[in-house]
This record gives sequence, structure tokens and C-alpha cells, in this order.
Amino acid sequence: MLRVAELSAGYGGFQALFDASLEVNAGEAVAVIGPNGAGKTTLLRVISKLISPSAGDVTFEGRSLAAVAPHDVVARGIAHVPENRRLFPRLTAEENLRMGAYTSRRTYAERLAQVYALFPRLRERRHQPAGTLSGGEQQMCAIARALMSGPKLLLLDEPSAGLAPVVVQSIFELVRRICAEGYTVLIVEQNIRQVLKVVSRAYLLEAGRIVRSGSADELRTAPEIQKAYLGL
Amino acid sequence: MSDIFDVYLLEAVLNGLLLGGLLALLSLGLNLVFGVIDVVWICYAELIMCGMYAVYYLHVQYHWPLVLAMLAAIGVVAFLGWLLHQLVIRPVLNAEPINQLLVTGGVLFFLQAAATLAFGIEFKNLGVTLPSVRLGEMSFSAARLVAFGAALGGVIALWIFLSKTYLGTAIRAISQDRAIMPLMGVDPGRIFALTSALGGALAGLAACLLVLQYDIHPAIGLSFGPITFLICVLGGLGNMLGGFVAAFIFAQFIAVGGFFFAVEWGYVIAFIFFIAVMFWRPRGILGK
Ligand SMILES: Nc1ncnc2c1ncn2[C@@H]1O[C@H](COP(=O)(O)OP(=O)(O)OP(=O)(O)O)[C@@H](O)[C@H]1O
Ligand SMILES: [Mg+2]
Repeated sequence: MLRVAELSAGYGGFQALFDASLEVNAGEAVAVIGPNGAGKTTLLRVISKLISPSAGDVTFEGRSLAAVAPHDVVARGIAHVPENRRLFPRLTAEENLRMGAYTSRRTYAERLAQVYALFPRLRERRHQPAGTLSGGEQQMCAIARALMSGPKLLLLDEPSAGLAPVVVQSIFELVRRICAEGYTVLIVEQNIRQVLKVVSRAYLLEAGRIVRSGSADELRTAPEIQKAYLGL
Repeated sequence: MSDIFDVYLLEAVLNGLLLGGLLALLSLGLNLVFGVIDVVWICYAELIMCGMYAVYYLHVQYHWPLVLAMLAAIGVVAFLGWLLHQLVIRPVLNAEPINQLLVTGGVLFFLQAAATLAFGIEFKNLGVTLPSVRLGEMSFSAARLVAFGAALGGVIALWIFLSKTYLGTAIRAISQDRAIMPLMGVDPGRIFALTSALGGALAGLAACLLVLQYDIHPAIGLSFGPITFLICVLGGLGNMLGGFVAAFIFAQFIAVGGFFFAVEWGYVIAFIFFIAVMFWRPRGILGK
């Protein structure tokens, strides 16, 4: 479904991503794991065209995204939950969801009902400014906002970052449910132990390069990952 | 004796209310544009001047019915707002604020000079005088009543647009996080252009109301531009509700101060109040 081929990207003169290639098949949940500053966020930004690559290409459902304008990506079926959630703090939770449905207004009511069924807490908080929600609620709202566009592929950038341990658990539980609902998910995480329980495959990104890939089990048991990332 | 005094004080307060409506409308477009695009249109009052000339020429020269001329003028200034954004603001969107001030300041002088060349320096008058309305002992200018009603209508329409529609929500959202708008499927450039046209339309509406009360000349912008900026700053630049509150406070100082002393003193008191507030809350009454 998504194919990233030899992608390079950076900021000004600084290169953050080198020849990264990966693939996500329909219905699959795939993780990109790696340490701080590895280039995980950069990778997602290139896929949703917030920045353009210096080389390489991204194809989605067999078509290149190279000529697609950034604001048309979501209409193609890719929704991106950005790093740090990035809700509109002074809009209410529900207005944030409305923004998520900007390109698919006809199905708004129906999707809102679906999203509230998935996140009952958001329904209670729907008239509250998003900036006043708790961290976990904000993350739910950010994911819900992305789901409002009815995406085929969901990009998640560190949904567990900055949350209390109990809340981290419930967020991963939600991600698991979203995957179970049949969404295709590409998730970026530093919480490697948890994310490997949710996805079927993963790529390890280090210093801008994809250095390993494999099934979740393979990566979990790989000695170098156990040593460097799982503290075993 | 004291009864009559009370009636005239009440009249002053009510006149202040009417003036407040107009000042609120004046601040609205400027605040909208600043709040969304983060650029101050120094030439805002000159856009209003263009709108006043548009009403004048269409109505007096080309004999369009007044209401039609006004609607057309709103369209003209909306177009000017859009043009201002595309030609002048867009290239400096990411430049230093001082550069943005300088270019829109340049447009101010350009518009003044262009108006002088095109329309001459004579004062022009619509030749429409609305009667004054009597209410018991008190009398009010009908032009002010119309201005108040239209200003209130404009404010309410804008509020409904911003809170109830997708486009309006996007306009509020973009001022909170510009960078992720594409992830929502929103083209920020389009929202900016639209907001500029909307800011222009509000300037056009203000022009229609001002032209009922004041003569038109190329420097007319200087007589209400500064006060518009003061009100926006007083309320918190970019904060539309703040501008609204500030407009009514400011107008009361002018009207009631003018009642107890003289009109000029009303302005002096209002400006002293402004300076005091700036010490107390440098970001404005409702500023963050
Ligand atoms: N806007 C930017 N301008 C310049 N350099 C940047 C920018 N954003 C990221 N970088 C740099 O690019 C590199 C990759 O950053 P990126 O945010 O993609 O990493 P990451 O894997 O998401 O890290 P984290 O886990 O901390 O979120 C880092 O060295 C970072 O300093
Ligand atoms: Mg990151």
C-alpha cells in the first residue's frame, strides 16, 4: 500500500534521512523504532509531504505522491498524527475533530459517532478547549482527529511520548484496537518494548539509516536491540 | 435641573454606545487579519478610504443607488484586501515583523498619494444627510444609529461564520498552528487569501458607514487609523473580543469625558486611560 524508496531528506544543509526504504501492506501495523534524533519524525513528515525529499520517492496505492500538494495528501487517504499531538489548543475537542473532517464533510456525523464510540471520554469533553484536556485525552483527540478523515493509512508519531505510565498502557491498548479495526498503521515509537507488542513488523532507524527490519518477534529477540534498547 | 443633567448624561452614554459599535467594527478587520496572518495592516484605514471613494464615485458620479454602490464598495475593498495579500504580504510572510510593518506602511503612503492624484485633495461629500432621531429630550444622529446596527450585524455575522462553518473554524485554527494545517487538508495560502478578502470586506463595510458621517479626502485615513490601532492594542492585538470590549470602553471615555469637559478632553482622557492600561497590561485588556 505504502512504498518508500531510497528516501533522503533534511533541513537546509543538514541531512536527516539517508536512502530509507520501507513498505507497509494493506491491513498491516508496522513500526519504525529508533533513538532520539534518528529521523523518525522526518520520515513521517516526508510521507505526508510536510517536507519534500531531496531524493527518492513515496508511492501510495501504486501512485507516486511526488506531484501531490501537501494539503491533498489527506484526501488520498493518509492521515498523520503529528509528534506532540499538535491539537488546536483554543478550539474545543469537537472543533478539532471537525478540522480533521475538513476534506470529508459529508461523512462528518457518521464518523463522529464512530470516533466517540471508540473514545467515549472525548464525547464527555467535547465542548472543552483542547488545551485544557489531560495529556492522554489530548492524544486520544489527536488520533480521533486523524480518523475523522476516514484514512486508509494512519501515521502515528510517538503517541506514548510524555504520558504517565498508566496512560501509556491505555494508549497502546487503543492503538491495538485501531489496528484490529482494520486500519493500516505506520507507527513511530521510542517505547520499543510496548510497540513491538502491537505491530507485526518493524524497522530500526539509526542516525537516518534503516539498519534492520523484521517481524516484531525477530526484533524483540535480536541481541543488539535487547542490549541497546530493551536494557536486557 | 438635575433631571435635565441626567438626561444629557444618558444621551452622552448612549452616543458613546453608538460610537463604540462603529469603533468595534473598525477594529474587527484589523484584528482578524493580524490574528490569523500575524501581519499588521498599517494601511488598513487607507483601504477604508478607498471604499469611501468607491461609494462616492459610484453613487454621485455614476448615479448608482446608494445601497448598490455600498455593496459594490465592499466588494472592491475585499478585492483590495486580497490583492494586498497576494502582492505585498505574501512575499514577506516569513520576514521580520519590522519589514512587514514597513511594506504595509509603504502601501499607506502609496494609497494616499494615488488617491490625491486620482481624486484631488478637495473634500468630497456624499450629499446624503440622514435626519436626527429624537427620543424624548435626547437626540441621536440617524447615521450613527445605522452605523451601530450595521456594525453589530457585521460582528454577529462574522462570529457565526467563524464558529459554525468549516472555513471559519479553519481560520481560527490556522492562527493557533499554521504548520500542521496541510495535515487537515487545508491549504494555508487559500485561508490567508480568504481572510485578507474578509478583512477587506470589513474595511469596506466600515467605509460605507463612515461615508454617511464624514467628508472624504485622501488623508482621511489618518483621522481614524490611529484610533483603530489603539483600540486593537488596548484589547490585545489579534483578539477580536478584546477589540470589541476596548472599542466600547474607549467610546465611553470619549463620549462621557466630552460631556463633562469638552470633546477634545474626551480624547485626552481616553488616551490617558490607554497609556495607563499599557503599563498595567502591556498585552492589552484581554491579551495573553
Ligand atoms: N526543523 C528542523 N530543522 C533542523 N533540523 C531538524 C529539524 N527537525 C529535526 N531536525 C534534526 O533532524 C534530525 C532527525 O530529527 P527527527 O525529529 O526526525 O528525529 P526523531 O527520530 O523523530 O527524534 P525524536 O525521537 O527525538 O522525536 C535530528 O538531528 C534533528 O536535530
Ligand atoms: Mg520525533
